[in-house]
Amino acid sequence: MATSSAPVREPVTGTATAPRVRRPFLLDLYATAVGKKYAMAISGIALMGFVLFHMIGNLKMYFGAADLNEYAEFLKKLLYPLAPKESVLWILRLGLIGMLVLHLHAAWSLTMLNRRARPVRYQSARDYQEASLASRSMRLSGIVVLAFIVWHLLDLTFGVVNTVGADGEFVRAEVYANVVRSFERWPVALFYVVANLLLGLHLSHGVWSIFQSLGWNNPRFNAWRTAFARGFAAVVVIGNVSFPIAVTLGIVSV
Amino acid sequence: MTMLEDRSTTNAKLNSKVPTGALADKWDTFKANAKLVNPNNKRKFKVIVVGTGLAGASAAATLAELGYQVDAFTFHDSARRAHSIAAQGGINAAKNYQGDGDSVSRLFTDTIKGGDFRSREGNVYRLAQVSVNIIDQMVAQGVPFAREYGGLLDNRSFGGAQVSRTFYARGQTGQQLLLGAYQQLSRQIGSGGVRLFNRCELVDIVVIDGRAAGIVTRDLLTGQVTSHAAHAVVLATGGYGNVYFLSTNAMNCNVTAAWRAHRRGAYFANPCYTQIHPTCIPQADETQSKLTLMSESLRNDGRVWVPKNADETRPAHQIPDEDRDYYLERLYPSYGNLAPRDISSRAAKRLVDKGQGVGPLKNGVYLDFSAAINRLGRNVVEERYGNLFEMYERIAGENPYEVPMRIYPATHYTMGGLWVDYELQTTIPGLYAAGEANFSDHGANRLGASALMQGLADGYFVLPYTISNGLAPLLNKSVPGTDHPEFKRVEAEARDRYQAYLNVKGTRSPDYFHRELGKIIWDYCGMERDRNGLEKAISEIPALYDEFKKDLRVTGTGEGVNQTLEKAGRVDDFFQLGMLMCKDALTREESAGGHFRVEYQTAEGEAQRDDENFCHVAAWEWTGDANNATRHEEQLSFETLQLATRSYK
Amino acid sequence: MSHTLKNLTVKVWRQDGPTAKGDFETHVIDSITDEASFLEMLDVLNERLISQGKEAVVFDHDCREGICGTCSLMINGQAHGPQRATTTCQLHMRSFKSNDTIVIEPWRAGAFPIVKDLMVDRSAFDRIVESGGYITSPTGGAPDANLIPVPKPVADAAMDSAACIGCGACVAACPNGAANLFVGAKIAHLNLLPQGQAERYKRAEAMVDTMDEHFGSCTNHGECSAACPKEISLDVIALMNKDYRSAKFKNRKELSRN
Repeated sequence: MATSSAPVREPVTGTATAPRVRRPFLLDLYATAVGKKYAMAISGIALMGFVLFHMIGNLKMYFGAADLNEYAEFLKKLLYPLAPKESVLWILRLGLIGMLVLHLHAAWSLTMLNRRARPVRYQSARDYQEASLASRSMRLSGIVVLAFIVWHLLDLTFGVVNTVGADGEFVRAEVYANVVRSFERWPVALFYVVANLLLGLHLSHGVWSIFQSLGWNNPRFNAWRTAFARGFAAVVVIGNVSFPIAVTLGIVSV
Repeated sequence: MTMLEDRSTTNAKLNSKVPTGALADKWDTFKANAKLVNPNNKRKFKVIVVGTGLAGASAAATLAELGYQVDAFTFHDSARRAHSIAAQGGINAAKNYQGDGDSVSRLFTDTIKGGDFRSREGNVYRLAQVSVNIIDQMVAQGVPFAREYGGLLDNRSFGGAQVSRTFYARGQTGQQLLLGAYQQLSRQIGSGGVRLFNRCELVDIVVIDGRAAGIVTRDLLTGQVTSHAAHAVVLATGGYGNVYFLSTNAMNCNVTAAWRAHRRGAYFANPCYTQIHPTCIPQADETQSKLTLMSESLRNDGRVWVPKNADETRPAHQIPDEDRDYYLERLYPSYGNLAPRDISSRAAKRLVDKGQGVGPLKNGVYLDFSAAINRLGRNVVEERYGNLFEMYERIAGENPYEVPMRIYPATHYTMGGLWVDYELQTTIPGLYAAGEANFSDHGANRLGASALMQGLADGYFVLPYTISNGLAPLLNKSVPGTDHPEFKRVEAEARDRYQAYLNVKGTRSPDYFHRELGKIIWDYCGMERDRNGLEKAISEIPALYDEFKKDLRVTGTGEGVNQTLEKAGRVDDFFQLGMLMCKDALTREESAGGHFRVEYQTAEGEAQRDDENFCHVAAWEWTGDANNATRHEEQLSFETLQLATRSYK
Repeated sequence: MSHTLKNLTVKVWRQDGPTAKGDFETHVIDSITDEASFLEMLDVLNERLISQGKEAVVFDHDCREGICGTCSLMINGQAHGPQRATTTCQLHMRSFKSNDTIVIEPWRAGAFPIVKDLMVDRSAFDRIVESGGYITSPTGGAPDANLIPVPKPVADAAMDSAACIGCGACVAACPNGAANLFVGAKIAHLNLLPQGQAERYKRAEAMVDTMDEHFGSCTNHGECSAACPKEISLDVIALMNKDYRSAKFKNRKELSRN
């Protein structure tokens, strides 16, 4: 037999002797995929709290302009006069932005990791057994929701894309009027509905995933985890989607 | 050592080196007198361990823990794939946790009797002694053995024993034990104590100045043939049941390592002792590649029968009771369907040979659970055997709750193997054999749940002591390196051998020849042997072997992965072993354990030993011609037990 | 009773080496009994290839009874083929029909490079075990086996996890090429048992770190568990996540106080 030109394969040994570099413990945790999922779960909980309370707050729309606008004012006066006006709101905002950034960074770096983990894709069609529409579209639903958040801020916070009021100027405090004016444009209402349906899809898988990523696993409540995730998603979506529909149907108007 | 006595009468090489003194003290005597290697000197010695099953992985891990440099070899992709993993039932140990009267000496007695008085007392007693350490060791390593509700270890009983001494992990005991040993080996690989060569097959042994100097391997990924030198070589390479082609062994199990050692001077002992398991799923068609074993526990509730009429065409459930032959209940009224493995196997074979077999190929017997289902209810049967029924349905495609299972005996273990002394050293100094690869502990027949015990005993608790005894005298003496001309010569021989398979360019694949060889061996040297058949086999095998040499077809090249080429090398060695097996079976003119000669049976069809003439180990010496090996004898003497005839009536 | 399948189209991935370009090769199996196992169908194909002077299709296999974990294969888009809780070697042709097209691909993952045809290198799994998938217990030093009682539910759960055969189907089936089920199973097996407590956090940390060098991340699709021939539950992943987190937060000096 001709001597092969391939290099001689070396035996396997000492594979676990390389010293590991340890960083400060939170960074160390975040360095691995499991740790990043932990960060996603924690930031996910924060974002869940936001979407839920945002929706509940907005339900005040059904009580009329005064209630809703007053609610907006109330948020600015959280813990006032113990803390200066808007300070708590800003702390919450910054926390939320931090959580969103963490969520996005973890998602982005895990996506990159996953790409590297399968550099050559399957050449034949896959036949998935368990992966759901929700789990497989997390990236897509996440991106759409992110785009929606940007639009939503431009529309109702900064007024850049809002139709101006009767006096030709966007007044941020007139929350009720701004919302109604915005949703009177059907493409905006439609985008809002679609984005929220995708948010629901995102939540229905994401909320369940939180339990797994944090290791909250117990036969006593495991059966309720998916039910909770779907229920939570449903509550948020139904609440949120009702606003543009109510405006479109004229139930809520200026 | 002066206290060692020489029991062999016929050949100086067959010195069993069993220490003198009372049976119970022999192992302690050995350990007290064995030479040791100072901890700082251990790293100066290199030990090669071939095979990473229970015996190999445990030996490699333990030797590395002690401080030896260990090179471990497996032809698998990972050490965890070794065939020990497929053992289902359990592992015996004389723990007496059930308080039912078990003891070291009872396990010893059961093993000697089960082996039909064809094993060495000293080795078997040691096996029973260290069995208790094995359980401790494996539990400490995290093997999830079955537990009672109180948290203590559970036991079950097994054939050939009247006590419950079998520890088990569901139906996957072998897997769990192997993973335990694999994990311990992995720790040593991780820390650098062991160098693992995976996908690397032993193709020859190098002997220099009468001592094992190392091995030659073939890298299955690149085809490269390389040499490895060491102070000692351990072969833990399993049994040769695949010589039958169809067996319960894994597809890649082979005899090559043991056979190449044999060709270099290691005696091969008792090759005719092979064990047949009665409850396997019968062959379904000509494409079949292997047989699957179903746990013997099924016979506790299933009734075995065949139709009385060989021309029966009705489906099983339409055959009335009066047209069925419950032959085990008829022939062995007291044991009935629980008759011992070999007896029920032979009974099935006789009926199938008479044409009363069942199934499309008429090659099985029914194992019928309808009575049990009627008596106990389907739920109880499902609880006891649910997973086995599922496995059967997956393979046979029939639902055993509705249609009786079909079963037939198949080879699953070989008691024969490389001859070793008390130190597990072969007739080549420096070459050791452990686990199923050696012949030592089971005599002519192995008890259920004893294979795992022996593999781990050899690797964990015997070899580490005996190897230091062998290595100590070599301290500071130089041993040949791989640049020695003999290494180069053997390497070249191996390269030529594999190139020769490629060069034949005939028409038949290695599998074809393996299948044909297997048929001959199964027909003439299987469950029942007789002189005529064996003589026929001895004339047919060389003819087929000649055809193999002339008409073999191996496609592809010798570089890179070539599974056809790997197979060719293994089949070549099976041919040579097959000839020796038949010759061994022919010359052992008695029936003992797994070796049943039709000419030597009692009126009741029981095996009839000839203690006068055959109370010995037959150890064969290679002479250069597979059909012309020289037979040597190691006399077996029984100091503690009386030679007795077993009876299961 | 047995039936004969006719006219099967088998598209099998052929690739000469790790860096070579591969492609599907199409063969027609005119007839085969449905009693044949899937790998026996490949044996038949290989016999034919050899008789035609062509190289046999390379695929890993050994015990053919579903326990050694050597066999693999992506069959019609499913790891180990269409039958649940069944390895490729235990899959039988009765799972297919006459005139079916069967597409066979190797496992695909960065950590499982293709060796040849359908054979891949799964040694990344071994690296993970080497880094911590064991209980340090040198031979000879073990206390009596019944010294530490293990409650039956614990022993059973450990056994459920220990049933893993290391075949790699979880990685192959995972849309992200993650090995969390494999690693979780080994961590759960050892970390549930009392014997494994001393190295519990060290083990979780080391194994997860090593896993990260080779594999993707878990997004809780559940494909791994669906493909697992031993039906190992996603619960083991939750347990791994919990122990990994604890490994970072807990004061290990208080390890024996839990």
